[in-house]
Amino acid sequence: MLVEFIKTVGRYAQLMRRTFSKPDSWKMFWRMMPREMVKLGVDTIGIIVIVSLFIGVIMTMQTVMNTENPLLPRYSTGLVLRDTLLLEFSSSIMSLLLAGKVGSNIASEIGSMRITEQIDALEVMGVNSANYLILPKIVGLVLFMPVLVILSSFLGLAGGMGVAYFTDMITIDDFVYGIQYAFIPFYLTQAVIKSLFFGFIISSVSAYYGYFAYGGALDVGRASTNAVVNSSILILLSNIVLTQILLN
Amino acid sequence: MIEVKNLYKSFDGKEVLRDISTTFYNGKVNQIIGQSGSGKTVLMKCIIGLYKADRGEVLYDDRDLVDMSDKEVKLLHQEVGMLFQGSALFDSQSVLENVMFPLEMFTNKTKKEIEERATFCLSRVNIDPVAFHLAPSEISGGMQKRVAIARAIALNPKYLFCDEPNSGLDPVTSIVIDKLIAEITQEYNITTIVNTHDMNSIMETGDNIVLIKKGVKAWQGSRSEIFHSDNEALNDFVFASQLFKDVRNSQNQ
Repeated sequence: MLVEFIKTVGRYAQLMRRTFSKPDSWKMFWRMMPREMVKLGVDTIGIIVIVSLFIGVIMTMQTVMNTENPLLPRYSTGLVLRDTLLLEFSSSIMSLLLAGKVGSNIASEIGSMRITEQIDALEVMGVNSANYLILPKIVGLVLFMPVLVILSSFLGLAGGMGVAYFTDMITIDDFVYGIQYAFIPFYLTQAVIKSLFFGFIISSVSAYYGYFAYGGALDVGRASTNAVVNSSILILLSNIVLTQILLN
Repeated sequence: MIEVKNLYKSFDGKEVLRDISTTFYNGKVNQIIGQSGSGKTVLMKCIIGLYKADRGEVLYDDRDLVDMSDKEVKLLHQEVGMLFQGSALFDSQSVLENVMFPLEMFTNKTKKEIEERATFCLSRVNIDPVAFHLAPSEISGGMQKRVAIARAIALNPKYLFCDEPNSGLDPVTSIVIDKLIAEITQEYNITTIVNTHDMNSIMETGDNIVLIKKGVKAWQGSRSEIFHSDNEALNDFVFASQLFKDVRNSQNQ
């Protein structure tokens, strides 16, 4: 098992070396990269909007209902929601969600290209297939991740604001005061920095599993599953390390 | 011309190719034939460089592929066109974009010039302009093969490889593809290597035929020599079909 792990790490490193080399054609790279940004980032906005809004609503309701201690200030709901969104939800939890959607998309697309010999066709033409296929995906997703994180945080807070506006669980003034109270701008920077790492993990690990898929349709499915599971685990592990580094 | 000298290849200790030596000539349709699992695809992939040979030499006009650096292999590959068994057209691109792809990647031509060249290649393989903007999944298997040939010749290759070009095609379309490959080979004086086990193809277009059996070269000759050879491996392969047995018997009578 250890040997297998070392082999996997070695193959991943070799793939990344080929991926981060000079593109055969910059013109093609600049054409592919925005397309990947749209496919992996912009097309994900829908799910981000739904999940973030609902999480904001639910977290606000839960916080209000479970903190009825008169010693706790009423603005604490907004404070808790803001810090939870910025510190964990919008970067880490949202990345786990993206690992499912974007990761499986990348692994199945590249895996299908592998089993239908499209990657061999690129290699025979003299194209560095790893660079051509993977680099635009990594760059596209990493560059778009901060947008998703900021959007997710904003929408989560908007969900909480919706609870304040449409119910009498908490007043808008208390909620807004909580959001603004003791705000540390670095929390936002930290969320963005984390998202860059998570974007890299999702795109590169999923591309790895797709690129080395072999066999038939069943194996592409297996590669997709491995991509989602392993990128999720790596996100969780790196989250510990990044949190330790960034908050210390 | 491509020369293969004493080529060996094994996977996980299992020897798949053993001491293969042969020559493939330019301007001719060179065929690698043999039963399924005999090692012909592995041989073709070793010649192209998709698999690295364990031992031996693959000489592209005296340039040894086995000794080349990755950069040199990349440059050599720009002289190579390949038609894959399943066509391997890019799903995300239209028919025209597929043919334009190698030109956009490796030439400094303008978009107009690239489109003109791609259109010429597609016309050369008789693709109707109506199909130019369709996705590969929207055209027939025979058309996909022709588009793949157009893509393979877009950069004027010196070497053309075709892996089972007739697989999955009806006999009429198979003949069209075979003739097209033979015409293009002569027209551009390309060294063409076709991997096949289709007897029609062999008898129609095989100028130089190499029979592989269990990873070893068992016979080499032309299609006119097939019916007169007493090579056991060749006879086992060719006369597995009753039709060809009857042809041989009638010729002998």
